[in-house]
Amino acid sequence: MDVAFYIAAAVAIFSTIMTITRLNAVHALLYMILSLLSVALIFYTLGAPFIAALEMIIYAGAIMVLFVFVVMMLNLGPHAVEQERILLKATAWIAPAFLALILLAELVYILVQGGGGFASIGVMEPQQVSTALFGPYLIGVELASILLLAGLMGAYHIGRRY
Amino acid sequence: MLTIPFQHGLILAGILFSIGAMSLIIRRNIFFILLSIEIMLNAAGLAFVVAGAHWGQPEGQIMFIFILTMAAAEVSVGLAIVIQLYRRYKTLDVDAANEMQG
Repeated sequence: MDVAFYIAAAVAIFSTIMTITRLNAVHALLYMILSLLSVALIFYTLGAPFIAALEMIIYAGAIMVLFVFVVMMLNLGPHAVEQERILLKATAWIAPAFLALILLAELVYILVQGGGGFASIGVMEPQQVSTALFGPYLIGVELASILLLAGLMGAYHIGRRY
Repeated sequence: MLTIPFQHGLILAGILFSIGAMSLIIRRNIFFILLSIEIMLNAAGLAFVVAGAHWGQPEGQIMFIFILTMAAAEVSVGLAIVIQLYRRYKTLDVDAANEMQG
């Protein structure tokens, strides 16, 4: 389990550095998604499976898809197809695919190894987290919903055409 | 409680945060500025989860959920600003929008 943490940490640092040094936004997004996936694996090794799932679903899924949508909106034009051809070159996707394979191998290793490694780490069950979240932190949940509503209305207002 | 040393998790979070902060300073593309804010928020959340795992408390994960919510709200407004900037100036360079002379 320790090895999994360190390999995932190396992948996270490398892909984050690649994210900030890319010139092309789509390449940067590929590396960013990888970075988030490796951080999700780190959460898993730290005994927080619920947070790992949230990281994958909301960060790597929803938020990064928002970024991809905006890139798609900004790329509209006659040269978009040509640009797409450039984006799909092997040099663009082979490094992210390799890093993703490393993460997949780690995940398979952890699953094959079984729950033996968990006892020493102490998994925090989703039930434990939810009980605290909807107990003493209920006001925080309410405030988060208000924040999301404000974000929704702000995005609608700023993004509309004048 | 934790087989991985507490410091190593925090060091990882620190490295990721400083990469994000460096990118925030050196990049002038608003798209990459938003991405680096995401990196920094994620690193902060990682630090919370590491600390929560170290002391065996659920509070760290709860803070991560709040950070996640905040990041979602922030990125939706930020991307709306990106779209509006591109419509007005036909570029993603933040220096193009220096009308306030800040």
